Amino acid sequence: MRLPLRQRSILPGFGLTLGFTLAYLSLLVLIPLAGLFAKSLALGPGALWSAIVSPRALAAYRLSFGASLLAALVNALLGLAVAWVLVRYRFPGRRLFDALVDLPFALPTAVAGITLTALFAKHGALGRHLVPLGIEVAYTPLGVVVALVFIGLPFVVRTVQPVIEDLEAELEEAAASLGAGRGQTFARVIFPALWPAVATGFALAFARGVGEYGSVVFISGNLPLRTEIAPLLIVTRLEEFDYAGATSIAVVLLGVSFALLLGIQALQRLASRRLAGAAEAA
Amino acid sequence: MSRPAAAGAGEWELEAPAPRRAASALVDPPWVRMALLGVALSFLLLFLWLPFVTVFVEAFSRGWRVAVEAVRDPAALAAVRLTLLVAAISVPLNTAFGVAAAWAIAKFEFRGKSLLVTAIDLPFAVSPVVSGLVFVLLFGAQGLLGPWLQQHGIRIIFAVPGIVIATTFITFPFVARELIPILEEQGHEEEEAAISLGASGWQTFRRVTLPNVSLGLLYGVVLLNARAMGEFGAVSVVSGHIRGQTNTIPLHVEILYNEYQGAAAFAVASLLALLAVVTLVLKQLLEWRMGRRARAAA
Repeated sequence: MRLPLRQRSILPGFGLTLGFTLAYLSLLVLIPLAGLFAKSLALGPGALWSAIVSPRALAAYRLSFGASLLAALVNALLGLAVAWVLVRYRFPGRRLFDALVDLPFALPTAVAGITLTALFAKHGALGRHLVPLGIEVAYTPLGVVVALVFIGLPFVVRTVQPVIEDLEAELEEAAASLGAGRGQTFARVIFPALWPAVATGFALAFARGVGEYGSVVFISGNLPLRTEIAPLLIVTRLEEFDYAGATSIAVVLLGVSFALLLGIQALQRLASRRLAGAAEAA
Repeated sequence: MSRPAAAGAGEWELEAPAPRRAASALVDPPWVRMALLGVALSFLLLFLWLPFVTVFVEAFSRGWRVAVEAVRDPAALAAVRLTLLVAAISVPLNTAFGVAAAWAIAKFEFRGKSLLVTAIDLPFAVSPVVSGLVFVLLFGAQGLLGPWLQQHGIRIIFAVPGIVIATTFITFPFVARELIPILEEQGHEEEEAAISLGASGWQTFRRVTLPNVSLGLLYGVVLLNARAMGEFGAVSVVSGHIRGQTNTIPLHVEILYNEYQGAAAFAVASLLALLAVVTLVLKQLLEWRMGRRARAAA
């Protein structure tokens, strides 16, 4: 059945609010983003492609995607542990730790960037102990990963936490009374309920990491081909007035962002269906 | 939070002495508890608590006089003023948009709704640097509208309007995203009752809808404001970094830091860290008032 253009309702304001929404969305978001694509098409396929696959750009994607992937993996594991501990265990200061999880998005990225750099630099509180062990974080690819772990943490914790809170205690009790051990219960009952949320958090952290700029540029050192992330390369190209180069790399990042946005929405639908299904079954 | 596993295990044992194995399947073994607590808490301490404290330690590393001077410097004050100005424009604009979008999306059924919801999320998906670039390509000297703007003597890029536009773009979805699910949850019966009793649309919104969603609205505005004041990537691309004129607080922090004025940079950064504290406290309070659980914002 085809949905009519709009269902009848006695509430007023549909035309006004939808009109304002569409106009504002188009002017501020859709038209400017379309402008980026128009600009990239105007470059011609040859110039666009050669800028996209220049060695320096390839190195930048490798670092951006690789570091984001690694950071998102770390966040998926540690984030799951943090969410589990915050929901299931009781310990002093739990609420404070819980509130603190949101710090990475409340703290402006530039502040996070200079702070992490200060901590991990040779004379910093952490660098002082790590550098003698041969672990260099500041101004290396590892520094990029560290910054992205900081930025991505809330995504996994805040996606997984409500799902752990909603887990049916009955299911775990049933597993236990059927003779399952704790390990089996986790593998067969708890993890299958949690993984869509963990995957969503992972994807959110990854997506954020690919585009992240402020927290990374201070700690990464920004050496071309070694520690230069893709967003920084865009800024560098802009400062050289190389608009074609900047646009080409931006198109790649934008394409990846769109794909991730759609993937994340599919995951979120899957996760909410699982929750709804579990609620019906119970 | 409502059903801790340990309590469940306790009830088990009271009602019927379950086999040992069953009880142990409900609670993590002690070594797992210790290991998970140790890993999770040391991770939070090292990665969240330590950086947060470090901002203030570094700010006062050369004594409080240096810190106070850095914040009272005319360039720093100009940055504070610009940041407040940008937020004072972006926050109301995006709040108005969020309320309108939420009303249209939550109270009516129409074709293409899910596409619209996805489109509203776009600015969160786009890299801040790309967001800035998009406006340089549109309004910059080489941009589509550049020549026309130049003829008419209008500067957008490397000037305050560009900073406002980029910030508004970046913070675009916050309120809409917060309000849509809340308004959807409430359905439309109360509003329909008000309308059929003769209230005008505006009266209905102000007297019926708004009181129901005011906490959620405030929640969205708090997060929107934090991001608007702290945005770095997008603003850095369009600002041009003109000291005293187009520097917001985060950009001023960057300049001080790159000039090796570490203590001053951290002193100004601590203003932003305080903003983060205020944001977190308000977020927590609103979550408690709404009886709601914490969620990631962006």
